[in-house]
Amino acid sequence: MKLKVGIYWGAACGGCDVAILDTHEKLLDIAAKMDIYLWPIALDFKYDDVKKMEDGYLDAAIYSGAIRNSENEEIAILLRKKSKVMIALGACAHLGGIPGLANFYTRDEMLKRIYIDSESTINEEGVIPLESWNVKEGELDLPRFYNTVKTLDQVVDVEYYIPGCPPVPLQIYSALSLIWDDMLPPVGSVIGAGDKALCESCPRVKEEKTISEFKRIQQVLPDPEKCFLEQGLVCLGAATRSGCGARCIKSGVPCRGCYGPLDDVPDLGIKMLSAIASVLEPKEEKEIDDVLDTIVDPLRTFHRFSMPASILRRKKE
Amino acid sequence: MASGKAVDAVYNIKPPPAATKLRELYYQAHFIHSHAAHFYALAAPDFVVGPDAPAAERNILGLIGKVGLEVGKEVIRQRAISQDIQIIIGGRATHPVWNLPGGVAKALTKEEREKVRPMVVEQLGFAEFGLKLFADVVMGNKAYVDLIIGDGYELVTNYMGLVDDQNKVNFFDGKVRVVDTEGNELFKYTEPEYMEYIAEHVEPYTYLKFPYLKKMGWDGFKEGKGTSIYQAAPLARLNAAEGMATPKAQAEFEKMYETLGGKPSHKLLAAHWARLIEIVYSAERMIELVEDDEILDPNVRVMPSTTPSEGVGIIEAPRGTLTHHYWTDENGIVTKANLIVGTTNNNAPISMAVKKAAQTFIKKGGEVTDGLLNMVEMAFRLFDPCFSCATHSLPGQMPLTVEIKNKDGETIETVSR
Amino acid sequence: MEFEPKLVGFLCNWCSYTGADLAGTARISYAPNLRAIRVMCSGRIDPTFIIKALYEGADGVLIAGCHPGDCHYQEGNYKALRRYKLLKRILPEYGVEPERVHLEWVAASEGEKFAKVVNEFTDKIKKLGPLNMKQSIFDSMKEDIVVHESAGEEKGGEADEA
Ligand code: SF4
Ligand code: SF4
Ligand code: SF4
Ligand code: FES
Repeated sequence: MKLKVGIYWGAACGGCDVAILDTHEKLLDIAAKMDIYLWPIALDFKYDDVKKMEDGYLDAAIYSGAIRNSENEEIAILLRKKSKVMIALGACAHLGGIPGLANFYTRDEMLKRIYIDSESTINEEGVIPLESWNVKEGELDLPRFYNTVKTLDQVVDVEYYIPGCPPVPLQIYSALSLIWDDMLPPVGSVIGAGDKALCESCPRVKEEKTISEFKRIQQVLPDPEKCFLEQGLVCLGAATRSGCGARCIKSGVPCRGCYGPLDDVPDLGIKMLSAIASVLEPKEEKEIDDVLDTIVDPLRTFHRFSMPASILRRKKE
Repeated sequence: MASGKAVDAVYNIKPPPAATKLRELYYQAHFIHSHAAHFYALAAPDFVVGPDAPAAERNILGLIGKVGLEVGKEVIRQRAISQDIQIIIGGRATHPVWNLPGGVAKALTKEEREKVRPMVVEQLGFAEFGLKLFADVVMGNKAYVDLIIGDGYELVTNYMGLVDDQNKVNFFDGKVRVVDTEGNELFKYTEPEYMEYIAEHVEPYTYLKFPYLKKMGWDGFKEGKGTSIYQAAPLARLNAAEGMATPKAQAEFEKMYETLGGKPSHKLLAAHWARLIEIVYSAERMIELVEDDEILDPNVRVMPSTTPSEGVGIIEAPRGTLTHHYWTDENGIVTKANLIVGTTNNNAPISMAVKKAAQTFIKKGGEVTDGLLNMVEMAFRLFDPCFSCATHSLPGQMPLTVEIKNKDGETIETVSR
Repeated sequence: MEFEPKLVGFLCNWCSYTGADLAGTARISYAPNLRAIRVMCSGRIDPTFIIKALYEGADGVLIAGCHPGDCHYQEGNYKALRRYKLLKRILPEYGVEPERVHLEWVAASEGEKFAKVVNEFTDKIKKLGPLNMKQSIFDSMKEDIVVHESAGEEKGGEADEA
């Protein structure tokens, strides 16, 4: 029997949906194994079709994107009710992702920046979009723009996570095949990825060197064979889950951590902080400060994809 | 790519020629994948399966059912080729991180070029197939032709697009050219000048802003001569230019305008035709780039020597002109950003096009079918299948509810999708 | 009522923890606000513990280890120092005053120093006032919670535990 599946995007860029399309010829295989009941980017079904389903009707819901507004959350809740298994697809749903960097700001700061202060905006009356607005034809509603971006599992229970920004298409396929082959691991598992640190599958040569200065990639032409970190480039491979095939590293750029933390690591960014500090060379306070001065914007660098999923979640107001 | 150009500008550096060519090659492949997905998966079902076919069939699978699995497989295969070209060049097809200030992180090797060579040739074949499909299935069907040239999908606005110094369409570099409703050039601007020409208007009922031509001032949702509304999408790009820079695309460009009865064309549905012409241009341009030996030059990075500060990058995204403007601190950390993305440009035109389609197709006393609603949605879909990019992280779904009111303002029927 | 800060101390077993003991047996009186956690070496203190402590209600965290050169595991305290310094740099980004985390070297014989460190740290945090991390994070999300007709319990309700 074919599986019944719904695919949805919350606060997403669409890259995760494109990654599903990028399973290419396997798409026909997916279509043969699953009937898709909702997929806004590709199919013409609507929320109402889902609302009419009985609870638990879908075998799985695949949700990409973070929770940034009330619509993202309502559909997450709706799909949760209608589905037996809920899967977070991609870094945004898994960890909050790039949209999660907004947690360094407040809702009011953002609305003001976008609608009032933005340089190309002319808005003398200071109009800010409203959740409800009366026009002569009736009332128009907008979803509420949240103060804090959340991960999917902060609003509904999630059984499985497929990491990556976006996930590697073949990994999505292999994760989906776990569903139809009925081989799903224990609830809460990350699927479609490895269980070791990226460093362990990285092709670059490591020598266990300590670091006495950091540089940014625009300041150096890195050696193409050697470990980035040992060359003084911040690379998050030590704290990041393997599974992407080191694709950024192979194209000449350090890892930014999109596959998220390893099992049992509650906070990727803080883990990375610890790992980086451990490999520094100096012991004297002053010298340590000098090295640390060369790490530009450490928190956002370590939490590029994971701020909402971190222990502290957001900047305190 | 816009961010890559904006970052170059922030550091005030120019990447070496090979880097620029690699970026463009990557980008042309991106255009083909994006346009192919937009046309075949999201727009073609409306034509091939039929605009008023049941929703369950009006999708890529229904399309495959109609045109045959072989064609479906070929579309999937060609999309795979576009994506693979990007992976070969930049490591990943979505969110390429190899694009750096002053160039790219990795040069193209001889072997990689040999791999890409036959791929781009195939892509051109596929691009031409798209034109043939359009000629047979759409232009060969009188009902569709009537739909395209009819009034339901017509909107008279100004048009915007990036052009090279011959005023030919360019996705990647050049100046932004804006023409009026009759096709006369209004102005041309370079990247740092965008704010002199474009402004954005805010309405309380949507999170999406409404860009307009600043010199004319915001004058509401009015079409016709003198309007401050402009469009920026495939058809608008062609309208804003004087031609295509490659021969096959140019020939089809001429054919399209002849069929539509002159340039600029205000026939919105012709956007799909324009999209297919752009695929041909991308494919032809990819062949030129791959055949250019300079693309193998190992020198693909220039090191910045200035303190970073501020920069603007503009490219043509598949769905419209894309502007990125960054301000940074002395470390190059962005402190402020202003973006006007593809579909945002088209916000006002989309609203107007949807209204017009609704007024045309939903007739007094007539039954409002799912098919009619889809025809309203088609006015939207020709700009953007999803809207996710333009609303940033806001609603990713298109919640269309049509309320039909009688002349006293009472709701007589509500149809939601 | 005067604000009595809740402080967590991660103390190295070989030195500071013994120092604290000494302060106790020598009946040196010092502020009672510190809850001491014994670790085998300051190098074993994962910054995650510190963040977690701040999140769970600590108003300040004290790290104490052996003097440079005296670490039983050679490099542990240098590691601790580097982590501490990097951590202090990111705390303001979270909206947390960096003074809420403090590191000191306290030897086994330095009972008096230990008492002094705790007193001074307690005073400093008293002046800073309560942190209330968890509650303030959930408060700032209060308006974000959707009440859905059929949704039942909203998951964000964790705030209740705070
Ligand atoms: S995880 Fe990455 S690719 Fe997926 S929606 Fe988020 S930003 Fe886009
Ligand atoms: S730090 Fe980065 S470059 Fe070095 S081994 Fe780990 S993943 Fe590879
Ligand atoms: S190298 Fe790092 S950032 Fe790049 S895809 Fe892999 S996990 Fe993500
Ligand atoms: S043993 Fe005391 S700090 Fe290492």
